[in-house]
Amino acid sequence: MDNRENANSWLKDLETSYLAGERRRTMSVRICQLLLLAAFFGLWELAGRYKWVDVLLFSYPSKLFQHLWTTLLDGTLLPHVGVTVVETAAGFLLGTLLGAAFAALLWWSPFLSRVLDPYLVVLNSMPKVALGPIFIVSFGSGYTAIIATTLSVTVIITTLVIYNAFRETDANYIKVVRLFGGTRSQVFAKVILPASFPVIVSTLKVNVGLSWVGVIVGEFLAARMGLGYLIIYGFQVFNFTLVLSSLIVIAVVAAAMYQLVSMLETKLTSGRRER
Amino acid sequence: MAAMLKLENVSHAYLGGQGTALAVEDVNLDVLPGEFVSLVGPSGCGKTTILNMLAGLFPPSRGLVLLDGKPVQGPNVRVGYMLQQDYLFPWRTIKSNSMIGFEIRGEQTRDAESKVLELLAELGLDGSADRYPHELSGGMRQRVSLVRTLAGDPDVLLLDEPFSALDMHIKLQLEELVWQTLRKRGKTAVLVTHDLQEAAAMSDKVVVLAANPGRVERVVTVPESIRQAGPEAARKLSDFEQLVEQLWTQVAGKEPDPAGGAANGQ
Repeated sequence: MDNRENANSWLKDLETSYLAGERRRTMSVRICQLLLLAAFFGLWELAGRYKWVDVLLFSYPSKLFQHLWTTLLDGTLLPHVGVTVVETAAGFLLGTLLGAAFAALLWWSPFLSRVLDPYLVVLNSMPKVALGPIFIVSFGSGYTAIIATTLSVTVIITTLVIYNAFRETDANYIKVVRLFGGTRSQVFAKVILPASFPVIVSTLKVNVGLSWVGVIVGEFLAARMGLGYLIIYGFQVFNFTLVLSSLIVIAVVAAAMYQLVSMLETKLTSGRRER
Repeated sequence: MAAMLKLENVSHAYLGGQGTALAVEDVNLDVLPGEFVSLVGPSGCGKTTILNMLAGLFPPSRGLVLLDGKPVQGPNVRVGYMLQQDYLFPWRTIKSNSMIGFEIRGEQTRDAESKVLELLAELGLDGSADRYPHELSGGMRQRVSLVRTLAGDPDVLLLDEPFSALDMHIKLQLEELVWQTLRKRGKTAVLVTHDLQEAAAMSDKVVVLAANPGRVERVVTVPESIRQAGPEAARKLSDFEQLVEQLWTQVAGKEPDPAGGAANGQ
């Protein structure tokens, strides 16, 4: 009994010191991360103040944040953020949905999938943002053209990834449903779709990043609103404080959106990983 | 007695880009109602092809597959099928997995549900109905798969090496359970297996197939004493070893190296 207790306290000590070490390591990582950030903005600030770099081109942080603060207060910043966020969200949600729908169509008709295969390969390897001008002349310069540009970036790759997941579903699960007399649509609803669900949710995450590319390029080309518009406008009037502050907003909002979708993914697929 | 399952001059070829492969040629087979028949033979002898045709997954290239005197047109409620592994859907509970046959046929009645729960209890799975497959052991999962197959009350069970992925002692337990369950209900069964001891212990009749292309080499009738005993008891009978030996020579006679290996050929 005595031995047992000794053994236990010995284990407890080991565990405590391990956990403390782990906490210390995490802490050091956090401190280094903050130091890097502070060093970056600090050096930038100094470089701007002491004219080591051209302030007209590179501005400096305190000026940027002051600009962001005033535009936040006078209400001119948020509408731009809102427009871009809505366009991006529409882009990745619609992109994932349409991609899944096309993938279902390809799965449904192997003939169609063989017919379309070379076209998908060409479309996938093409830089889709190059189609931007075509969308603007087709849809006019507005939200529709921007969302179309975004979809052109997301839909093809989503289709290919999800279609691949559909095809890689274990044939024996399909056999189970067929053995019970299941039809092709039952095979799809009861096996293919639920088995590919984690892949579909993870394409949502990839599409967040791709949508930002599509939306910003779309706004470069044709927009009166949005963060991409602020950047291109700032560039044209040579106001780089505007350009750089918009970049900072994009970095923050894009990261937040990615985290949100990541959390959604964890929530939707929790308990699905184990087999 | 009229055959429950009948293959008449059945040949099947797989067509594909890499050329045509003749899987089985001119196979004739009768399975009587309530009979337990095993198909054994070297790999490439078309065991699974025959099982799939019996299940109606695809028609034979030539010949006839008959269920109770009528040609098999496709998967049928009267025929159940157990796969090598359980293939339970990981996103469904045990109950929902067991109900899938009813669900597909649109017969999710209260009756069906209570029947499934009864079957689960009978096979020692009570209390697992609301759990997920990954929470169960391999043996339990294969029992759920048996429930799923039995739920629609088929007359015929096709067993495609359902015990091969299990540990030895669980395999023996499950063989006994399946044998008892099928015998009690008077089901007809066709078992595909690599394990000659398993075939000898469970069957009334063992069909030895030869490979390339698959064809019937010989049909061995199991002695009455072994037939009457369950698989566990059968293994202890004096003439059991002799039967396995006989099967082994039949199967091994077709293999390149007849000297190698023990009687429980895997």
